[in-house]
Amino acid sequence: MVQPLEYLKETPSQTAGPYVHIGTTPNFIGNAGIYPEDLGLKPFPDDVAGEKIKVTGIVYDGTGTPLRDVLLESWQADASGTYGPGIQGWARLPANQDTGVWTLETVKPGAVGKMAPHIALWIVARGINVGLQTRMYFDGDDLTTDPVLARIEHKIRVPTLIAKSDGPGSWRFDIHLQGDGETIFFDM
Amino acid sequence: MTLHPRTRDQHPPAYAPGYKTSVPRSPKQALLAMGATATEQTGPVFGHSMLGELDSNLILNFTGEPAVGERIVVYGRVLDENGRPVPNALVEVWQANAGGRYRHKKDGYLAPLDPNFGGCGRVLTGEDGSYEFLTVKPGAYPWPNGPNDWRPAHIHYSLCGPSFGQRLITQMYFEGDPLIARCPIANTIANKADLDRLVAPLDMNRARPLDFLAYKFDIVLRGNRQTMFENKPEGM
Ligand SMILES: [Fe+3]
Repeated sequence: MVQPLEYLKETPSQTAGPYVHIGTTPNFIGNAGIYPEDLGLKPFPDDVAGEKIKVTGIVYDGTGTPLRDVLLESWQADASGTYGPGIQGWARLPANQDTGVWTLETVKPGAVGKMAPHIALWIVARGINVGLQTRMYFDGDDLTTDPVLARIEHKIRVPTLIAKSDGPGSWRFDIHLQGDGETIFFDM
Repeated sequence: MTLHPRTRDQHPPAYAPGYKTSVPRSPKQALLAMGATATEQTGPVFGHSMLGELDSNLILNFTGEPAVGERIVVYGRVLDENGRPVPNALVEVWQANAGGRYRHKKDGYLAPLDPNFGGCGRVLTGEDGSYEFLTVKPGAYPWPNGPNDWRPAHIHYSLCGPSFGQRLITQMYFEGDPLIARCPIANTIANKADLDRLVAPLDMNRARPLDFLAYKFDIVLRGNRQTMFENKPEGM
């Protein structure tokens, strides 16, 4: 026998279930009266420096059906490539309950070290047993030196991480949980 | 916070066919594992001024009139993998009322809504990682999966530690509930010993006579806190 290593194991995850919004964005689903407003309504104050952008997307399941119950969170650097302070850079993105479209109004992040501008996304819903991590980059940026993208073996999948412009200051980033064009999810 | 890829064996797999909704919602490709970057090591920092006085009191925080049900305190600590406390972690909970009904337009269960129960609460951990909620014990409820599946009584938990890469959602179950062993969601966790870590024991020492029972639920977030000296800047 040897001495035990006294580390703890991470608490096991469980699905967020169908009612994650009750706990995280109660005002969004009409349960007003508990909190004055939901946390993570917007990532930055209105007067923050940087290029204002809007990102929309839909999370699709393996049958091509939009997840209308999904909740995403986004985390990003500001336009200078700096994280924070406080909760700046963080937002909660509940999908539209009828269409499944989620919307992020923010500023385009700056590069962080060698990493090209990107926004981290965390995705939970009924049927997702461990929250999924992914990130979106921007089409047209120089992505050649990005160390995360460089680690992807199947280059054919890299476009699943790149948002496409769909108008001035407007970006589209759909996420596919499964099937053709399955988005790359990270364990990092 | 230094983060290594998750140890996956205590977590449910993405694809768990006993829980039917996971079938079309589970990625089929392998996750891409690599060391965390600045993006995953940083995260939003919450302050006590963002929360209200009754946020952690689910019995009173909806209307100010008390909710119906068995009064309980749920308390515990949030720790990292080194066993060190995680202060200022945002702990958010949501649950069904004492009859097993959620305040949600999609929940059509026969059990009635309680006009005084909203079903959510939140708190920031103290310097020692501790937190507590006052609530009512949620009821079990049926759900469409197998022909006769019932969820054991449970409280949903969302945790924000200092790193975005630590984001965790889980569920707390109650000691002695015979529905745990029959629940397809609880049993997405392969090992009984890992599922047991989601089961809160009754704590009569923390209960208050003639007032409430108490259950203890400690939570471990991935990662280990380091001092600034140890925290070398990474090239990415
Ligand atoms: Fe539930």
